[in-house]
Amino acid sequence: MAEVLVYVDHVDGAVRKPTLELLTLARRIGEPVAVALGAGAADTAAVLAEHGAVKVLTADAPEFAEYLVVPKVDALQAAYDSVSAAGSLAAVLVPSSAEGKEIAARLAVRIGSGIITDAVDLEAGDEGPVATQAAFAASFTTKSRVSKGTPVITVKPNSAPVEAAAAAGTVEALAVTFGALATGTKVVSRTPRESTGRPELTEAAIVVSGGRGVNGAENFHLIEELADSLGAAVGASRAAVDAGWYPHTNQVGQTGKSVSPQLYIASGISGAIQHRAGMQTSKTIVAINKDAEAPIFDLVDYGVVGDLFEVVPQLTGEIKARKG
Amino acid sequence: MSLRIVVCVKYVPDATGDRHFADDLTVDREDVDGLLSELDEYAVEQALQIADEADDAEITVLTVGPEDAKDALRKALSMGADKAIHVEDDDLHGSDVMATSLVLAKALDKAGYDLVITGMASTDGTMGVLPAILAERLGVPQVTLLSEVKVEDGTVTGRRDGDSASEQLVASLPAVVSVTDQSGEARYPSFKGIMAAKKKPVESWDLEELEIEADEVGLEGSWTAVDSAAQRPARTAGTIVKDEGEGGKQLAEFLAGQKFI
Repeated sequence: MAEVLVYVDHVDGAVRKPTLELLTLARRIGEPVAVALGAGAADTAAVLAEHGAVKVLTADAPEFAEYLVVPKVDALQAAYDSVSAAGSLAAVLVPSSAEGKEIAARLAVRIGSGIITDAVDLEAGDEGPVATQAAFAASFTTKSRVSKGTPVITVKPNSAPVEAAAAAGTVEALAVTFGALATGTKVVSRTPRESTGRPELTEAAIVVSGGRGVNGAENFHLIEELADSLGAAVGASRAAVDAGWYPHTNQVGQTGKSVSPQLYIASGISGAIQHRAGMQTSKTIVAINKDAEAPIFDLVDYGVVGDLFEVVPQLTGEIKARKG
Repeated sequence: MSLRIVVCVKYVPDATGDRHFADDLTVDREDVDGLLSELDEYAVEQALQIADEADDAEITVLTVGPEDAKDALRKALSMGADKAIHVEDDDLHGSDVMATSLVLAKALDKAGYDLVITGMASTDGTMGVLPAILAERLGVPQVTLLSEVKVEDGTVTGRRDGDSASEQLVASLPAVVSVTDQSGEARYPSFKGIMAAKKKPVESWDLEELEIEADEVGLEGSWTAVDSAAQRPARTAGTIVKDEGEGGKQLAEFLAGQKFI
């Protein structure tokens, strides 16, 4: 059976959920071989094995943290070379983070392959894996495939369920030689973001977002309290971010994050195309807005026309009461 | 010596228009107005600011696209860029990111550059990988997704705000830089700028001039193939209630019914 390379996104050995989703998709087209790089790489093996990785290739070197993107490309290419030399390789799958996409794209150039980004589903096909993507602010769904080389595909979070599927997960050290370009861009300093304790926006099952109607940074606690009552991530519209009410890392929309949770709650968001582009593929959509004509109501499964300053606290209180 | 800045821009269908696919599953450009991709305006803006700081700099805007893509070049020229290059060839129709980046890289080599600046992604394809691909093809440092950028003494520095951390980056020129929509509001072209743009030089290059064969690009030569494109079915109309004092509770009832609570 052909193998599928899966690039592992992890933090000091803790594997992030989108990688486990990738393993589910990888098993549809072949045997997953995981590639984990950097500090804690070997610690990823147990959980990757539980989710179907037959092999885990690991490498650690200071270059991965000290220079931007390219050292990881060198390592992924080494993995590609070693796996494709030993047998047939069906695809290379990478999580669709900003960095993941850059790593995947540079690998694709090197191995002479086409690339598909931001797939939301993947299935086996006669001419190689078929990727489903959302296009034009998610108003279209396309099916595409890579027609030259080994398909390189990046997949968005929440595109597949996490499934237990025990496999060997044999750890093998990956030999990496860094090329001349690897040290081109130095990371001089890195300031980690303060953790909010809430789920990652793109990975969350529930997202609660606030927009212009929230009317000030000082009111965003209403959105946060609702989010916390549901164990949700907090998002913000571009209007709220541009006004400086909430950080850009939480922006949902065309120039921010694109999310696809089980439940999306939009509060005080009119639903301009810029915003819809980032949340239209959510499974269930709920909105609270005082303007009955707001375009967001065209998307909702349930909408409340009303003042969010009344509705949101009542909703939060009711959720807390029901959860006891 | 003059700092040669090249800004790569894309002509895209207006995101507020009714965008759709043509019969050959390429982006339809007939029925929707085109314009300079909004995210590329930030790249032009940063180029102008870097050029202002430099003793001597020249900004070229470069695009690969159909005839109408000249509009995007004109917009960038009216913002203040000095000259433009338009790579235009019927054989380019349907090119994917690998094909387009091949053409851009050849054009950049021909034009000469110290600093290449792009936006973070296009507003139509939204892949966000072109800057990294260009850096790979050109063999120069990649300094991407910057919300702050500075060029001094042959060095580019910048801040990259990622999901888990904010990073300070440094690289030597020549380099490929991409900037985000957080890098600073793009200026509006002045009337004087619009008039001046009409006299600025726009060169047209075709594939032959770049020594690229027709079968390396276009729909047939691309590295990916789109098999189908379907309009997402309209969402079924939901329940909409007017808050009469119980809106929050009604919403909670709905969420409980859907097993979210």
